[in-house]
Amino acid sequence: MKKIENAAQLDAYRKQCAAERDPDRAMIAVCTGTGCQAHGCDNVVEGLKQELVNAGLGDKVELKTTGCHGYCEKGPLAVVRPEGILYQRVKEKHLADIVNKTIAKGEVLDKLLFFDPATKERVKLEKDVPFYKLQERLVFGDNGYIDPTSIEDYLGIGGYQALEKVLTGMDAEKVVAEVEEAGLRGRGGGGFPTGRKWASAANVESEVKYVICNADEGDPGAYMDRSLLEGNPHAIVEGMMIGAFAIGATAGYVYVRNEYPQAVRNLQCALESARELGLLGENILGSGFNFDIHISKGGGAFVCGESSALIASIEGEVGEPRAKHIHMAESGLLGKPTVLNNVETWANVPLIINRGAVWYKGLGTEKSSGTKIFSLVGKVKNTGLVEVPMGISLRQIIFAIGGGIPKNRAFKAVQTGGPSGGCIPAEHLDMPVDFDALTELGSMMGSGGMIVMDDQTCMVDVAKYFVGFLKGESCGKCTTCREGLQRMYEILDKITLGTGTMADLELLEEMAPVIQQASMCGLGKTAPNPVLSTLRYFRDEYLAHINDKKCPAGVCKALTSDTQA
Amino acid sequence: MIKITINGKKSEVEAGTTILKAAAALNIKIPTLCNHELLEPYGACRLCLVEIIDGDWSTVTTSCNYPITKEIVVETESAAAVKARRMVLEMLLGRCNTSPELDRLAADHGLKGSRFELNYDDCILCGQCERVCREVVGANAITFAQRGVDRVVVPPFGEEAEQCIGCGACVYLCPTGAIQIQEDGEQKIIDRWSRVLELKYCKSCGVEVAPVFQCDYLQKKADLPEDFFDLCRDCRVAQR
Repeated sequence: MKKIENAAQLDAYRKQCAAERDPDRAMIAVCTGTGCQAHGCDNVVEGLKQELVNAGLGDKVELKTTGCHGYCEKGPLAVVRPEGILYQRVKEKHLADIVNKTIAKGEVLDKLLFFDPATKERVKLEKDVPFYKLQERLVFGDNGYIDPTSIEDYLGIGGYQALEKVLTGMDAEKVVAEVEEAGLRGRGGGGFPTGRKWASAANVESEVKYVICNADEGDPGAYMDRSLLEGNPHAIVEGMMIGAFAIGATAGYVYVRNEYPQAVRNLQCALESARELGLLGENILGSGFNFDIHISKGGGAFVCGESSALIASIEGEVGEPRAKHIHMAESGLLGKPTVLNNVETWANVPLIINRGAVWYKGLGTEKSSGTKIFSLVGKVKNTGLVEVPMGISLRQIIFAIGGGIPKNRAFKAVQTGGPSGGCIPAEHLDMPVDFDALTELGSMMGSGGMIVMDDQTCMVDVAKYFVGFLKGESCGKCTTCREGLQRMYEILDKITLGTGTMADLELLEEMAPVIQQASMCGLGKTAPNPVLSTLRYFRDEYLAHINDKKCPAGVCKALTSDTQA
Repeated sequence: MIKITINGKKSEVEAGTTILKAAAALNIKIPTLCNHELLEPYGACRLCLVEIIDGDWSTVTTSCNYPITKEIVVETESAAAVKARRMVLEMLLGRCNTSPELDRLAADHGLKGSRFELNYDDCILCGQCERVCREVVGANAITFAQRGVDRVVVPPFGEEAEQCIGCGACVYLCPTGAIQIQEDGEQKIIDRWSRVLELKYCKSCGVEVAPVFQCDYLQKKADLPEDFFDLCRDCRVAQR
């Protein structure tokens, strides 16, 4: 392919890609995201390929291997287009029927359709399945339509249109202003206004500036960034390019953990094909804008998701945080002005440029615009990735989309924001989910982890689990995080063993705010959240462990009746 | 110059001056354990916490690495700062109860011991040893390894610190006395780094000069004559 030298050529090529991808053509889109991989989707893909050949349809029906569709609970997933029929839990024995009946004759296979327990009926179309119905999959939805290794697929759905718009008709200030007006806030955890971050870096004079994509997703049970990178890497590349143009950066880095091999491969492939087309490199679209992106692979330390530790790691130093009294916008990577955003934040950028700040601001709540992808896991029927408008209630996410708690058990709490988020009880289920509301409840948005717990969960044990995780991931540099988390863990352990005292509880409550206040980086500053939030909402459970030597949920082995006797 | 008020005392400092240095210039002492004027600020011990107040807003932060870039009001003895420092000290005491320096600081803060039971280490991970070796001496003989409470300062692979020149800077700076240097016959030994160094003696008077490895290191580094350390300082001066 010849390099694309200007906007007109890109337009023409995009049209060609779109024309070659008639939306009405027959296609089977098989999810090959991480969840479906675990369910055995590779055999489904190979089997379908064979069945299509056997049926003489090999060149008439396209078999598309896509990234994650989100409904991981029901994988492997296959969507028959153009109708949009969702087949779930597809096994090798079903493949012949899918090809010979559905594709060849239009017969729908009832047994593979989603069964709605509420209506006791099968649901034919993907868009009508309750799990998808309430979602607004603006960022994540494209995953189901494109092969992530094909830049043509991305162009075919309008890819790199935002970049074109920026390079041909907007100056840098206008781009920053647009993102600022859209009200986009950092999806990685902090919720800092993205536009303001860009503006500070744009305002610093420097010949060298950097943009970084933080793909060091490390929260237990969270995989939205992974699925975006695996399923739609070009959206992130395009977002970074727009950000780079806006602040005047010439190089970008994606810091991605090496435990995400598929994400690394697909990103690598995306970068190579963008370079081949001339979308990365020198004089992009003839605009004079030069930019390229490098991949920096992380070794998997949780703390490297913290911005200053991440930068140290890219620089080849030990991945430990540094004091952040000087903003990264002034002195970041290699001492140069740097903008670091999370995967999902970058992926939102093309959307804002394409459809405008006013439209974007209309989504979500006043101070948290847009959508957010959550990783809905734990004791919930529909495990998976969900993208919802900000402001939707926890109840809608967990019950309407998530299908509620398995085995009809009672909901007890939901932990949002990853290991250092807080546990929110049933009384706040109707709270609208946005950055500020979650913080007010003693939790946080974090990167979007959402762990649902039922009444068989002991909240002291939960706090102990998360503090245990964090103490293991603390780099150990600063006293409050290193010693504080160890001591909190010891006390929680004592309480779960039935040897905790009220003095221990007092010490726990005295330590927590100091750890929050005095720790060097975000890991330590947020680490007491699981303890403080469970103390706030489930204090009676702590007291039952301490005073009555009982674990109300029956989890702590030392306090259950059979071991006590 | 930027205006600053610390504990009610007003002063002006150059932009970028740390709160700790600005306070020292006003004769206000802020306790520290990981800071040293020869080393880059590190911010690990968290003992130098102070409160920065800006109208209704305030925050507790480390003073050793906070560069003053705009007019601020600092209180080093506010309730919040003292409370946080006490907890930091209590945590450190829970880790290490063999340090007279820590005991003195604890007493200054009205602490009678730590509520945390196990005292499990003689090192508080202030990193002064590692930094002086790297930043000042340039020997890079020791480094941090592991993380969380397992974090340690060790020679590479936990074996003998082969790059250690036995200068003793780490011993001198260690606030807990965890690093000791001993002489045993014709050897200098730093147990903590499993380092054993043969000593060199003056060819003229027989007095100890320094470890052989250190003499070689300095001779090469400073491009000195090869026989420079054959004599002790006094004999060398006398010969001139």
